[in-house]
This record gives sequence, structure tokens and C-alpha cells, in this order.
Amino acid sequence: VWRITDDGRLDLADLDRLLTERTRLVAVSHVSNVLGTVNPVDEICQRAHAAGALCLVDAAQSVAHMPLDVQAIDCDFLAFSGHKAYGPTGIGVLYAKRAWLETMPPYHVGGGMVQTVRWERLVWAEPPAKFEAGTPPIGEAIGLHAALDFIDGIGRDTIEQHEHKLTQYALRRLQEVPDLRLYGPLPDRAGIFAFTLGEIHPHDIATVLDTHEVAIRSGLHCAHPLGERLGGATARASLAIYNDTHHIDALIDALHAVRRLFGLART
Amino acid sequence: MTTLNELYQEIILDHYRHPRGRGELEPPKSRRRGSTLPARRNHLRSACAGWRIQEIRFRGRGCSISQASASMLTEAVQGKTVEQARALIQQVLALVKGETEGDIEALGDIAALAGVRYFPVRVKCATLGWHTLDEALKHAQ
Repeated sequence: VWRITDDGRLDLADLDRLLTERTRLVAVSHVSNVLGTVNPVDEICQRAHAAGALCLVDAAQSVAHMPLDVQAIDCDFLAFSGHKAYGPTGIGVLYAKRAWLETMPPYHVGGGMVQTVRWERLVWAEPPAKFEAGTPPIGEAIGLHAALDFIDGIGRDTIEQHEHKLTQYALRRLQEVPDLRLYGPLPDRAGIFAFTLGEIHPHDIATVLDTHEVAIRSGLHCAHPLGERLGGATARASLAIYNDTHHIDALIDALHAVRRLFGLART
Repeated sequence: MTTLNELYQEIILDHYRHPRGRGELEPPKSRRRGSTLPARRNHLRSACAGWRIQEIRFRGRGCSISQASASMLTEAVQGKTVEQARALIQQVLALVKGETEGDIEALGDIAALAGVRYFPVRVKCATLGWHTLDEALKHAQ
């Protein structure tokens, strides 16, 4: 497990400690789902390769928010989920370099993955078919295609610019809220904001925000060691292409309501 | 009263800020750890003499609902028989899920947990301590 610095970035110096001759695969998030840190995945892949390891990039938090070029990153594998890209649940994408697709054996078997089957031999279908055993989730695949077309139609550069502006606005407004502690690097980060508000538990923050029609997530965000490092649960707001400054204003107003309810401010 | 005010009633916030029954029992006769991920943990320690809960304490970290509910629990089951405690657990589980009909006044402070029924995601916060007690009672005989 890779350590982070106090300002919420992956500690690149710690990578040297982790990379040994026994390292086979470096798995790294493109963007932290808690801290919003945008990791230098191209540099990380380069260093993994130099140490004789392969590199897998988790792009679940970046695929719908910024330009993504697997060849520029030079990752061996890249994964993202449909539901983080305005698409359906239960489907995702795993990209792999063709060389790995050809040499890796299938990890499960089912219909549609063979080219030839004889009594004495079996030839797998060409990738990716050899990994796609059985009846695929057809509706989900069509839905994901439409979602990715939607993103491409707006353009990842346009999305990045829009969200960058909003992120800067949100950072400024959040820092105005008394007792609010923001986690993660400043000011360069994706539109993800983990925070705590005084001693108020994040689940309580989330419930009050919900009644003000602001939907956030609270808890450990499926990143328990990081939660431990941050001192416990956090509340997390995040941005998408459909957000605008008035949504941030609504978040800030609702946070003031949380403070009043829990006695951090006079009513 | 809005559903939010019904959830965060003064009684709940008071139990949260000034929890009753928080502490240790040394040595505990029964010790159970309950956890509903993410980020809530409760430890219950109880001493049963025969079929009666003599002393009960909790140690926990979590949201206002989970901590207030545990605080109310320790007050409510102190001195109760195991059977009475079990019956109360069932009443509370029904209450927070909105499955209770009729008068809830007899439940005292616990009646304030009724507001949880409007917030299904918080049911597990409210029931954590009670489920933990239920587990503890299975092992306390």
C-alpha cells in the first residue's frame, strides 16, 4: 500500500521503497476518489516499467472528467466503470495492451470465446472475445456506448475546463465555511472534496444535506486505510458536467444549516 | 415538524452530547463488538446475573443516531431480564422501520427514535447497538 504525503498526494519517493524485483504489477488510481488528487500516472507507469513491473491505472474517477489517452500514459491496463461515466451499472471497461490480451489466458469460460474446438485441441477466439465468456450484458453495453458518445459529444477538454472553474469556485466557497476542514491537495485537483465539519459526524452531515436536496457521500469511501490516515470518516461532495455555481451555493447554504442544527452556529 | 427535526429531536441530540452508560465494565461478563460499515463501531459490555442484566456499558464512535441510540439502550435495559430485553429489541427494530402501530409513549426516550423511519439509510445507525445487544444475549446464558 502506497503512502501519501500530508497534503494528500501519492508520495513518489515511497514508490522506490515499494518497487522491488518482486513487484509484478503497480495498480494506481488516476484520480483519488477521496482526495481528488490527480496522480502523474504517466510518470508512475514509466517507473514501474523501469523496475520490470506492469502498470494498471484505475480511471473510474477520471474517465468522465478529463482527456484520457492510454498510449500517452503508456499503461498496460486501464479500467473504469460505466456508472462513473453517466452509464449503466454492472458494466465497465478493462483496456489492456494487445500483447497482454494475446498472451493472457481466459479467466473464465463460456459461450462465444472460441475459434475452433476439436476433440484434440482448442483455439481461443481473438481478443477481446476470448475474455468475454457467455451472454454479455447487451443492454448495458449499448447504454455505456451511448454514455461515452455523450461525453465525447461535449468533449473531455470542455468538461475539464468547466469542472476546473467550478472546482476553484467550490474550493473558495468551502474554505469560507467556519469549522470546515478540507482534505486533499490545493488548488490543483479534480472536483472531489472530502471534508469534515467540526465534530459533526459525516453521516449526520449527509442526512441534513440530503433534506436540502444536496446529495453527497459519507463514510470511508471504500478506502479504509486512507480513512484511518485522515482520522476517520469524511463527507465527500463531487462535481460533474451538469453542475454549476448555484449547486455549490446550495451546498454551502446547506452546510450552514448543518452548523445551526448541531449548535456550531446560532440559529 | 419537518422530518429532519423529527429525526434530530432534542432528546436525541442530548443523548448524543451527554451519553449515558458510556464506559467500561471490568471485567465484563459479555463483550460484543458490532460494526456497520462504514465508520460506526459500538462495543457493549454487560454483566448478567442469571437472567437479568445487572450492568451494561457501551464504548463507541459514530454518528449522533448510533451514539444516542446506544445511550438510550443502556438506560432502557439496565435491570431488565433477558426476555424483557429481547422484547424491547424487537420493539425498537420495528419502531425505526416504521412498523409500529399504536402508542409508543411507553418507550420513553426511545420513542424519539421513531423519526429514523423517514431515513432508511440511517436505520442501521439506530439499530447497531440493539443488534449488538441481541448478539450479546445469545452468548450470555
